[in-house]
Amino acid sequence: MGRGVCEGWFKMSDLWGIYALWYREVKVFLREKSRLVSSTVNPLIWLVAFGGGLGASISIGGAGYQAFIFPGVLMLVVLFTTIFFGLYVVWDKKIDFFKEVLVSPLKRTSIFVGKMLGGCTDGLIQSGIIILFGPLFGINYTAYSLGLVILFVLLLAMGTTSLGLAIGSQMTSFEGFGLVQSFVILPLFFLSGALYPIDNLPAWLSWITYANPLTYIVDGMRGALLGESSFPIVLDLGVAAAYVAVLVAIGTFAFKKMT
Amino acid sequence: MIIQTFGITKRYKNITAVNHIDLSIEEGKIFGLLGPNGAGKTTLLSMLATLIPPTEGTAKVNGYDIRKEPGKVRASIGMVFQTPSSDEILTGRENLYLHALLYGVPKEEREKRIEDVLELVDLADRANDLVKTYSGGMRRRLELARGLLHRPKILFLDEPTLGLDPQTRQHIWDYIKRLSKEQGVTIIITTHYMEEADSLCDRVAIIDHGEIKALDSPSMLKMKVGKSMIKARVESPNLDYIRGLPYVIKAEAKDGTVTIILSEAGAHIQEILCNLGNVSFVELREPTLNDVFLQITGKEMRVESAEGWAEVYARAGSR
Repeated sequence: MGRGVCEGWFKMSDLWGIYALWYREVKVFLREKSRLVSSTVNPLIWLVAFGGGLGASISIGGAGYQAFIFPGVLMLVVLFTTIFFGLYVVWDKKIDFFKEVLVSPLKRTSIFVGKMLGGCTDGLIQSGIIILFGPLFGINYTAYSLGLVILFVLLLAMGTTSLGLAIGSQMTSFEGFGLVQSFVILPLFFLSGALYPIDNLPAWLSWITYANPLTYIVDGMRGALLGESSFPIVLDLGVAAAYVAVLVAIGTFAFKKMT
Repeated sequence: MIIQTFGITKRYKNITAVNHIDLSIEEGKIFGLLGPNGAGKTTLLSMLATLIPPTEGTAKVNGYDIRKEPGKVRASIGMVFQTPSSDEILTGRENLYLHALLYGVPKEEREKRIEDVLELVDLADRANDLVKTYSGGMRRRLELARGLLHRPKILFLDEPTLGLDPQTRQHIWDYIKRLSKEQGVTIIITTHYMEEADSLCDRVAIIDHGEIKALDSPSMLKMKVGKSMIKARVESPNLDYIRGLPYVIKAEAKDGTVTIILSEAGAHIQEILCNLGNVSFVELREPTLNDVFLQITGKEMRVESAEGWAEVYARAGSR
């Protein structure tokens, strides 16, 4: 992971440190049950109300509109969970246990990796819950499709947590949260083909969509789950891997610059 | 010398928070940085802990250069921050466990050391409760325990009793003294409470505007001011006569109150009172570090100057 920007190979003590950060994140996540509930209910409302309502008057996708947007909603869950997890370091830096982490002998790279794995775990747990609801919305899993979807979720979570951590490590207050929502999360989500097919878009919109890495991730998940995709799966996986590589590198760099 | 600084300096835009400080700190002692808010104490401590880089100069902590070997410096020190830094959503024991992992405490020793430090700060019976149920003093004790868990050679305590009630403060002082005696760690504390510096520290550096104004043991610092001090309310004091007495170091009148500093203890008080004038109130006491501070800087330490916040803002702006 981001070996090019590491100070060398990880030592045993770094691995224990990474484990410590991950352990903390998972404990906190599991103890804050209200967060878990609200981030499960939100996507279900999308699927039931938006998917059911709009799906009643339009026909997109062979398995119905709810099934069509299911990968998109899955992406929405991961996107929100992980980016806000990352942004939360703003708060951590100020008052929390994070100060204690920064003064420990742990390398910044290890701190970043530990945090990122924590965010990925949160994202996986959240999306796992939504995946369980899949059959209600016309999704039938096979071992292959389930494995592939989880792989995409994992890559998306790694990249997006890194993005959140990179932004959060450079922010000084919560005031930037709204900006991140308006200029990062919502454009990434709405311009990704999560809610509509990307084959008949007007040219200007189509260019933006093609430039958005999440387009390929949602396409890959849709291909795995419904067998309907606009790009070859290899391209989708390649873009997802590049998304992770670039953002992990940026995040590691940002952590080293963090004060 | 376990800590040595070489012209260490920190500037924020147009404020110099720490100005070319040269300082040597002996091993095994309690060393105090005493000064008003914004004097540069926390900035100096943060540089020594490698949390912020110096603008100029450097320092050696436990033999390691803070610029070149920050990792080794951080492995040698424990830090207790001014603001709480334990995790509220975790239990006391979990906080300690995380600390043991972060500092690479060997697996077979973790449990034992956690029990030991919990014992040391009397938190063993509350170890499995969430930290959010702790009082301010308990939380501070937990953080003290945590700072010791990896057996650092140096423990930094940034305003260890800030915002605690007097009774809890006394308890924390007792713990700090015990730590110093039983564990032999070098302890560096910052404080703006004179009593704290006076009762805890072997040596005290008085710091103001980023510079060290005086450095000595609390008793020596006070000796420099004088042996004893008379404060009296007098209508028209006969100051010239008083100043002529051989054991009077200084006599000043301000707003109807006369302050007289004596080179010897109270033996001559009779002679002074008889010749001073029409005295309506008198107080005889030994000088405090506040008097030392007043004499050195010309201002009271209690006055929290507005410029103290300038440093805070400068720091926030530089992020």
